[in-house]
Amino acid sequence: MTDAPLLEVQGLQVTYTTRAGEVPVIPGLSLSLAAGEALGLVGESGCGKSTVALSIVRYLGRAGRITGGRIVFEGRELTTLGDAELRAIRGRRIAMVYQDPMASLNPVMTVGRQLMEVPMTHEGVGAAAARARAIAMLGEVKLADPAAVMERYPHQLSGGQQQRIVIAMALIAGPALLIMDEPTTGLDVTVEAAVLDLVRELRHRHRSAILFISHNLGSVVRVCDRVGLMYRGEIVEEGSVRQIFTNPRHPYTRGLLDCLPTLGRDKRHSPLVPIPGQVESAIARPAGCGFARRCPHVEAGRCTAHPIGAVTVADEAGHRVACVRADELPRWTRRHDAAAATEPAAAGEPVIAAHHLTKTYEPRRRRRRFGAARPPVRALTDVDLAAARRQTLAIVGESGCGKSTLAKVLSGIEVATAGGVTLDGVEVGALSVDARSRALRRKLQMVFQNPDSTLNPSHTVGYAIGRALRQLQGRRPGDLAAGVARLLEAVHLSPALAARKPRHLSGGEKQRVAIARALAGDPDVIVADEPVSALDVSVQAAVINLLNELQATRGATLIFISHDLAVVRYLADHVAVMYLGAIAEFGPVERVFAPPYHPYTEALLSAVPVPDPDHVGARILLEGPVPRADEALGGCPFATRCPRRLGAVCDDTPPPVQRLAADHRIACHIPAAELRRLQAPLVEPPAAGR
Amino acid sequence: MSTPAAVGALGVSPPVAARLRRLARWRRRLRALGASRPAAVGLGIIVVWVGLAILAPAIAPYAPNANDLAALAHPTPSRAHWLGTDQLGRDLLSRILWGARPVLVIAPLAVLGAAALGSLLGLTAGYYGRWVGVVITRAGDIVLSFPVIILYMIILAHFGSSAWNIIGVLTLTKAPIIARIVRGMTIDLREREYVAAAKMRGESALYIMLVEILPNARGPLIVDMCLRTGYNVIIIGVLGFLGIGLPPPDPDWGGMVKDTYGMMMVWPHMSLVPCAAISSLVVGFNLLAVGLRELGLRD
Repeated sequence: MTDAPLLEVQGLQVTYTTRAGEVPVIPGLSLSLAAGEALGLVGESGCGKSTVALSIVRYLGRAGRITGGRIVFEGRELTTLGDAELRAIRGRRIAMVYQDPMASLNPVMTVGRQLMEVPMTHEGVGAAAARARAIAMLGEVKLADPAAVMERYPHQLSGGQQQRIVIAMALIAGPALLIMDEPTTGLDVTVEAAVLDLVRELRHRHRSAILFISHNLGSVVRVCDRVGLMYRGEIVEEGSVRQIFTNPRHPYTRGLLDCLPTLGRDKRHSPLVPIPGQVESAIARPAGCGFARRCPHVEAGRCTAHPIGAVTVADEAGHRVACVRADELPRWTRRHDAAAATEPAAAGEPVIAAHHLTKTYEPRRRRRRFGAARPPVRALTDVDLAAARRQTLAIVGESGCGKSTLAKVLSGIEVATAGGVTLDGVEVGALSVDARSRALRRKLQMVFQNPDSTLNPSHTVGYAIGRALRQLQGRRPGDLAAGVARLLEAVHLSPALAARKPRHLSGGEKQRVAIARALAGDPDVIVADEPVSALDVSVQAAVINLLNELQATRGATLIFISHDLAVVRYLADHVAVMYLGAIAEFGPVERVFAPPYHPYTEALLSAVPVPDPDHVGARILLEGPVPRADEALGGCPFATRCPRRLGAVCDDTPPPVQRLAADHRIACHIPAAELRRLQAPLVEPPAAGR
Repeated sequence: MSTPAAVGALGVSPPVAARLRRLARWRRRLRALGASRPAAVGLGIIVVWVGLAILAPAIAPYAPNANDLAALAHPTPSRAHWLGTDQLGRDLLSRILWGARPVLVIAPLAVLGAAALGSLLGLTAGYYGRWVGVVITRAGDIVLSFPVIILYMIILAHFGSSAWNIIGVLTLTKAPIIARIVRGMTIDLREREYVAAAKMRGESALYIMLVEILPNARGPLIVDMCLRTGYNVIIIGVLGFLGIGLPPPDPDWGGMVKDTYGMMMVWPHMSLVPCAAISSLVVGFNLLAVGLRELGLRD
């Protein structure tokens, strides 16, 4: 077993039967994985990453078929194995962890029973022994009080805890291969960091090989030894993490790296370069390179005539790339254009500002049947912020911190409980959107998060934008077409798209249409609630650039809500870090991303996955419970999880707001000078460049 | 998407192109319906019945109320009367054909009425929620908790039995069921981001309900309307059987069973024939509903 790889996939071909006919999704893919090794598969959605994973365990479903190639695992050919033998391998020798932990756990069984089932069915172990192993395993995935967790049902656990349970279930049988399909995608950045560290640690302890599928290069770096980049069902480049990140040879790899926002990039120094176009359908496969149509280095004839075979990069063992021009391309460096650096927009008068903004939700029933009145739920407490014309204000924080509620109150979908919002000098905090005049409504428009729900599936693109023009500008129904075309062009879409329904559009196109719709009233303020978090990095870069460009040309203020600090670093002029409905830190982006940090900002920054194998950052893990939103808070909301907690004063006294500069403030008991002494910079300033 | 492009290439004027596109869309829908066997069979049964009802004046061998006294001695199926005659010597085939006409008008009209009323109530209840929702749902529950047959008897006895009154009664009693379905979907759909976007541009509540929400609830609604048309066929039969259906002597499937079920032991065909007619039509609507649901799930 020393020489033979644990898993060897050779010339794998997978075909899906669809209405459009037979689609060769994987045209012939080979990979191998040694025992104990971790291989990452990276690519945009629709590249066949998950199909590879599902083919290995033969879970393709009714539409998919393996039409060729071999999959050899521990010396056995899996493609021809019978169902009974497959069952013996699945779960026991090969375990899988999927993206949504709630879908992997049975909601009507306790976590303990589900864990115990694994050794009981696969190894015929008795209940007592299985229980002992389950408890030990829960300890290994670092869940506090394993015996108590055993008795819980999945819905009683947080998303991060659920994913730990799923990982425990996968590892309890001691599998030789663990397949993880986007295991951290739905999780908050702090939770993601903890889960990735856990996977890395367990991997070394259990000697399991890992096939790690992700669209996030940063998380791949944390877990894997080797990386394979997939495009249209083929591995276009493969090598060690270091080889891929320091010397990427394939234009696709370079494209992905160029469009990835990192903590060291901002819009003024190193603009993102999106990959043009989108993943093409697998139906009509070209004769030559599959990436040719999107490739900036394509050479007609050479690239498009023959299938491209993978070759080994000179002087780099194990680094293979499928590109005929791989040797000719200059060495890749991260784009950094100091000369092109633009001046920051001068801060002017605030266009939109919140003053002591508070939002509470009354519980459904004011009074429990017995006992005291239920306290209201606090969503926002005493929020103060302002955004100037032409500036981007980013609001960051984990899920549940009140970011989206803030967006809703600013936009009038919800009304403030106390405090106020001024929009261009007009007090609108108490005005719901139906109560706002048309002039006020057109001043502020929103872009939403979910591309699948932001457009009405029953209406055409043209109707959606035209209706906005009509409502916000009072255009007559007759002269909408020209305006619709102009707006579609403004977001770089073809005016012909106006006749389409949203289901014919890709996620990025839908989000562009949503932006066009928001622009219909020529707003002064655009509130964008996680507008790019559901998009692939390549598409995300294009949409971010679009927002930037529109802001520059139209002079609108952008309120950008995000959980992704790299995107925020790139896009924002000012940042508000929120925790539990309160602002922990507020200031210009370069100040917020440099010490002294609020301890929460520090933890968030340390958790961001950095796509750089040389990056050594001390990670700050947040432990301790998040207080419930209806608990009365005596002191600092972050005190229960704060790694720099001083003592009782944090629990009892609300933190003072320290003004470090005119527009930089931190809500913390620790004096700023002390914070500065304790903290190392976590982010290199973009101007330094790498 | 190939069709519109082809149309554009042909250089047809825009309104004609739009009409052609609409036609192509319908053809595509019809073909999609053929992809589901239950839908195809169900639609086939319904189309046959509709055809027979339309053509009844032309193809029915006798007038529906004409008595053939000679046939009274032998009312069973014969060369002259393919399905036999009833106890008054009226040709059953002719009566069945003519009897299809009121059913096929009343049942769908009543469903349309119920869908219109129910959608409005459901949208209002779901969109506003709170006490508005409670009032509407509870009112609907009260109607639904009544034994419907007794309710029909009371209302029709009071207002008299006519086609319009039957449609009214069916609309009233079926609307709460549709309202319940629409309310459920509205509660889900009103949280969609496109509804928030509509609010942001200042749309009225009525616009949001009718233009933003209702079209996205149409899938399950159409399936349910199909099922409910089938149920209405049964109820119209029951009303006829109870003697509160359409006034005699014009043929009505339920009434035909009522008039003849006493002779079940001797001449079962007299009541079995209208029963079979009712069943086949109900099966047709149910199959279409099953097929539509299947197609809806597939996309």
